[in-house]
Amino acid sequence: MTQLTITNIKRPGSERLESITVENGVIQGWNLGELGEVVDGQGGTVAPALIELHAHLREPGQTEKEDLASGLAAAAAGGYGTVVSMPNTLPVVDDPATVRALIERAEGLGLARLKPAAALTKGQQGEQLAELTYLKEAGAVMFTDDGRTNENARVLRLGLEYARSLGMVVSVHAEDASLRADGVMNEGPVSEELGLPGNPAAAEAARVARDLEIVAQTGGRLHVQHLSTARALDLVREAKARGLPVTCEVCPHHLTLTDEALRSFDAIYKVAPPLRTRADADHLLKGLLDGTVDCLATDHAPHTRAEKERDLLSAPSGIAYIEIAFPLMWTRFGERLGLEKLLDLMTGAPARVMGWPEPTLEEGAPADLVVLDLGTEREVNPAEFRSKAKFTPWAGETLRGWPTLTVVHGKVAFRREG
Amino acid sequence: MTAFTLSTSARPRHLLDFQGWSRERLTALLDNADTMSQVLDRPVRKVPALQGLTVCTAFFENSTRTRVSFELAARRMSADVVSFAAGASSLSKGESLRDTVEVLTAYKVDAYVVRHHAAGAAHLVARYSGKPVINAGDGRRSHPTQALLDAYTVRQEFGTLEGLTVAIVGDVRHSRVARSNAELLPKLGAKVVLCGPATLLPEGLAALPGVTLTTDPREAVRGAHAVMALRLQQERMDAGYLASLQEYADTYQVNESLMREAESGAIALHPGPMNRDLEISSDVADGPRSRIVRQVENGQAVRMSVLYHLLVGRE
Ligand SMILES: [Zn+2]
Repeated sequence: MTQLTITNIKRPGSERLESITVENGVIQGWNLGELGEVVDGQGGTVAPALIELHAHLREPGQTEKEDLASGLAAAAAGGYGTVVSMPNTLPVVDDPATVRALIERAEGLGLARLKPAAALTKGQQGEQLAELTYLKEAGAVMFTDDGRTNENARVLRLGLEYARSLGMVVSVHAEDASLRADGVMNEGPVSEELGLPGNPAAAEAARVARDLEIVAQTGGRLHVQHLSTARALDLVREAKARGLPVTCEVCPHHLTLTDEALRSFDAIYKVAPPLRTRADADHLLKGLLDGTVDCLATDHAPHTRAEKERDLLSAPSGIAYIEIAFPLMWTRFGERLGLEKLLDLMTGAPARVMGWPEPTLEEGAPADLVVLDLGTEREVNPAEFRSKAKFTPWAGETLRGWPTLTVVHGKVAFRREG
Repeated sequence: MTAFTLSTSARPRHLLDFQGWSRERLTALLDNADTMSQVLDRPVRKVPALQGLTVCTAFFENSTRTRVSFELAARRMSADVVSFAAGASSLSKGESLRDTVEVLTAYKVDAYVVRHHAAGAAHLVARYSGKPVINAGDGRRSHPTQALLDAYTVRQEFGTLEGLTVAIVGDVRHSRVARSNAELLPKLGAKVVLCGPATLLPEGLAALPGVTLTTDPREAVRGAHAVMALRLQQERMDAGYLASLQEYADTYQVNESLMREAESGAIALHPGPMNRDLEISSDVADGPRSRIVRQVENGQAVRMSVLYHLLVGRE
């Protein structure tokens, strides 16, 4: 039996200092006294631990970039209690044994919970469905060919139908690869001036439009990953108005950075889909406020520093900042969104997308929680990152809202010293 | 060498593109190139200006012509030259551009001339080396010494660039020469008209000051004092940008009939190497309006001027 009491914490919206006790992975109750191990919450605000629906943990096969231990430690440091990992590893997560092995490895670590997504198609080749039934039985929580785009529309249709029968979500990297062509950044005046091959906004919108028609046909549950353009977001809004079973996510980097960042020629800003224009970023924020965007996800995509110190054509896409996602959002948009809404976008909303129980701090709920220091300013120092990717566009920036304590399964998974 | 005119105010450290380069400083560069051409006309074509300095030509993409032009320019000013050639793919696995540059810098190189297939690579070399860098062509982005020698050649012809119009015809989309000229010439008072088939003429470039776009070659050259044909890579057809090379040549070739639409004294330019009778007709390339050989000659003087500008007289 493990018992843990966190003292001196506030519930969101309250100024009252309280304590919460958890036992055997479950919330036992509030203000029960100092039972079991006692941790001082130092006046922080407590919330259900954050949920990440889109992270690349690189295991198996690319552990020089990240592995389960470093990735899940990074997640815990970012206040996340649950991480959905993407299957575009080496080999691809397309068989039940790999799913089971990942879950087993993660359980021994005592960090954030791992919920693997599995490939929709064998080898993520987009040609033949993976064994979706077995994958679900093994513990896969979502099907996706993320990292690849679903070029074959018929296969996506079959996948949505099959996943629907299993009650599962299919998530997609919605981008028309032929329209994207060799584009490495948003296509527009900046890409033309820089002489870099552009990836047009239409590549995303065209693919979202196609996929939504397939959703209308099949009734399968579709989750559109990392939306980057205003137009694609509007298409999702229209589809929701039609009552289609679609959800979508937006990444903090698409809200906070634009294609102007590429003027540095620094491949740290190379992401897929690319950073778009200020107008797109503003529109995505509007979508967050009006509820069109269901949830936030970071698309944590670590690479080695050497890979990111290549030129913009040859460097891989992706940035990793799961450790600062909440502080970044809280510092930049806390006032506009409000604490309750922001927390919902990172906890309740991802759970609803997945069809999981609503996270709460009530007695009997799973003891996955985070304590956030909403006031203290702190500089981003990538050298302290738990992730193997110790670099970030926000290095040196002063942010507020740092997680100070993350509890998963009733046990301390992360604690910030000092 | 005291005749060189250098103003001392805030000199750019690199020539990556023309950002941070004032009209005054660019004019000084071109003026110095006049002096350098005189050096090239002497019986002994060598001056000691860069003695004791080492210039590294780092070519991650092949271009023998450009490399030779830079190396001769450096040697004529008595610099030591070391050349590093590597296809981007031959960088050993896991080695970043930064690693490569740090090794070269450890060899005590004083300046870099960088050619790379990726836009922005020269900027990265500048960042990682901390030494002066001259961009000798980075992807589609920039080829500033080519633009300078183009500007120099036009100025030589007309005495000024002020009030002139330069038409650039061809594959604008993939051309660093077009981008660099579109950035430079308006800074020197000239107008630039970019022209090509719509698939090869990115609309985003219309945002550049002093630059207009048209898909009509006759409209492009009307009133032009210089007409530059761009090299057409034959693989653009396979990539779907063009229906056929014949259709392209019939519509966009810089030939005598097109040149007749330009100003009466208009000259013809080409950054080389030429596809004769594709983007430019032989009668124009070899005719009295052609300044194509002159461009190559001027390239050396301009590059000497750039090296001098970046390497001499700074503490
Ligand atoms: Zn993706």
